Parts: sequence; C-alpha cells; structure tokens
Amino acid sequence: MENQDQTFEVMRACMLAGKIMLQSGAETYRVEDTMSRMASAFGIDQTHSYVTPTGIIFSVEGVGPERTKLVRISDRTTDLRKVAMVNSVSRRISSGEVGLREACKLLGEIEEANLTYSFIIQILAAAIASGCFTIMFMGSWLDFLPSMAAGGIGFFLVVYFHKIVPVKFFAEFLSSFFIGMVSFFFVKFGLGQELDKIIIGSVMPLVPGLLITNAVRDLMAGHLVSGLSKGAEALLTAFAIGSGIAAILSFL
Amino acid sequence: MIYIEHLITSFIASTAFGIIFNAPKESLVKCGISGMVGWIVYFALDVNGFGTIFATLMASFLIAVVSQVFAKAYRTPIIIFSVAGIIPLVPGGLAYDAMRNFVENDYGVALSLAAKASMISGAIAVGLVFSEVINQVIRRSSLGPVK
Repeated sequence: MENQDQTFEVMRACMLAGKIMLQSGAETYRVEDTMSRMASAFGIDQTHSYVTPTGIIFSVEGVGPERTKLVRISDRTTDLRKVAMVNSVSRRISSGEVGLREACKLLGEIEEANLTYSFIIQILAAAIASGCFTIMFMGSWLDFLPSMAAGGIGFFLVVYFHKIVPVKFFAEFLSSFFIGMVSFFFVKFGLGQELDKIIIGSVMPLVPGLLITNAVRDLMAGHLVSGLSKGAEALLTAFAIGSGIAAILSFL
Repeated sequence: MIYIEHLITSFIASTAFGIIFNAPKESLVKCGISGMVGWIVYFALDVNGFGTIFATLMASFLIAVVSQVFAKAYRTPIIIFSVAGIIPLVPGGLAYDAMRNFVENDYGVALSLAAKASMISGAIAVGLVFSEVINQVIRRSSLGPVK
C-alpha cells in the first residue's frame, strides 16, 4: 500500500461490507472471510478481524502504524438478498473486476437500498406458510384458512410491535399471545377444528430458524462467542413465543 | 396421495419462508426445493417408523447437501438455501406440546417432551455439521478439484 489514505479507504470499504452482511443476518465466519478477502484483493495481506453479533473490530497492518477500527451493530434484521449482493461484490473485487473507488460506491448503494419485498407480500407469505404448516403437521384442510389468518395476523403484529416496542422479545411474546387468542376464538366459534394444529402452524413464521442455523454454523467454525450468543438469542425468542402461547393456554 | 399433499405444501411453505427472509427472487424456487426434499425425507422416514430423531438427522443432512450443491452452482451464500429448508424441521409441535403440559402442571410429560424437542434440535445441528465436514474433507483430500 503506497499511502495511508488508501489504507483508510480500504478499511472503510471492508468495514462497510462487514457491517451490511452482519446486519442482514450472515454468519460470522462469512463476514470475517469476506473482509479479509477484500483487503487482500486491495493489497493488504495482514488483517485481523473479530466479529461478534453486536460489533466488528477490524485491524490492518499496512504502511506505518497498525490501524484498528470498531463498528457497533445495534440493529439486526434478516435480509438474505443483501448478503448475496455483498458476496457478489466481494467476488468481483477478488477477481479484479472492481476497483476500490467503485467498490465503495457499490457498497454504499447496497447499504442505502431498500430491497425487501413489500410488507403486504411478506404478510401473505407468512399467512400461506402458516396454512401449509398446519397441513404438514397433520392438521385437516378445514384448519387451513383459520391458521392462514392467525399466522398473517401474528406476523403483522410482530413487525408492528417491534416498531413501537424496541424490545424484540416482548414483541414476540405479545404477538404469539395474540395468535393464541385469535386461534382460540376461531375454534370457539366453530371456524376451526383443532386448536393445537392451528396454533403450531401459525406460530411457525416467528420461529428463529435463521438464528438456529447460524448459531450452529458459527460454533462449528470456531466462533464460540458468536455461536453462543446467537444460540442464546434463539433460545430467548423460543421462550418468548412459548410463554405467549402458555399465557393463553392457562386461561383455557 | 398424502405424499403429494406434503410435497406441495412443504414446497410452498419453504418458498414463503424465502420471501419472509427476503431471499433474492431467482433463488426462491431453489429454497422451495431444498425445503421440499428435506421435508419429504423426514416425513417418509417418520411415517415408516424410523423415529423422529433419525428422520430429522437425515433430512437436515440432505438439506445441507442440496444447499451446498445450489450454493456452488449459483455462487450464492449457502445460508440462503439451507435456512428456508431447515425451518419445517424445527420441532415447533413438540415444543408446543411441552409448553401446554407445563401450563397444565403435568411436569413429567412436559419435561420428556422438552427433552425430545431439544434432542431433535441437536439432530438438526448434527445433520448440518456432518454435511459440512464431509464437504470439507472432499475439498481438502485428493478427491476434490485441485485449485
């Protein structure tokens, strides 16, 4: 690396890529791998990164004194599309197609972009998934529509509550509570047949599947801190969902 | 007949999960396929009396293999395909039953159900790990393509 300014630019690009990936729900080892690959493609071979679900520490040995930067990650969502996009940018950097300046621009665009499917489509997807899960767990087709409704309402509520209440677990608790209540009324008024199957199906969109998978993969790759903390988050989510349902069941 | 029903519903459910997790449009169908393969293996083994834990293990192993093939072929992170596939295997029903029994003060039944649910979660994890390890062994040994 010829000058210090460029080293800083490289660090900035790497941190940005890492931040986007971590916020979008990528595994820890993929974040570290991407950052060190990008840095070495830009000519810095000596890098060290320490990634946890709540922050990234990245240190570079270039010209002059060693530099270290820290980024705090406070908000995590699930956006696999951004993970795939950053991944393809980093591939193009490694193959030399994209230069430093252009990479910074591309990553900035990805960070700004809002690529999610529209909220209504997501709710519909959650509703359809809930209906299908009821069938997959050996429910009858009569319960398909009730669990679709309950699942859609539940997913809407979890997103809505998460906006007003910043505590994620409370949002999950409340929405699973409402799922239980809605399902109970469906069965009570004769619209649904089996309460158990409807609740199980409609709770599925809230299940922390991404966290579980990531926790396992991180633990395997030797990222013990990240793996354990993601596992704890998954456990807390499961507990929140369970206690919401339990609160309803205790009234029955 | 029941298999066709499960094939279709599991495909749709996994695709819908791809949408919830905001997977890229072009990989939604592949999410559905990995979920469908996993679920049908799980379902067939479970119905034919191989035990839920073994069925989960085989299914999560297969999902990981399918996802790895997709990830290699389309040069996308593997997580996109494996997450949507794993979701149906999560023991939601068992966890629910356990919770219900806890609430009804039937702790003996509840604890055994909870233990089974955690065993199944472990089976999912082991299945994922196992396929990863095999993949790495193939890549590093002489069998794999030389880079």
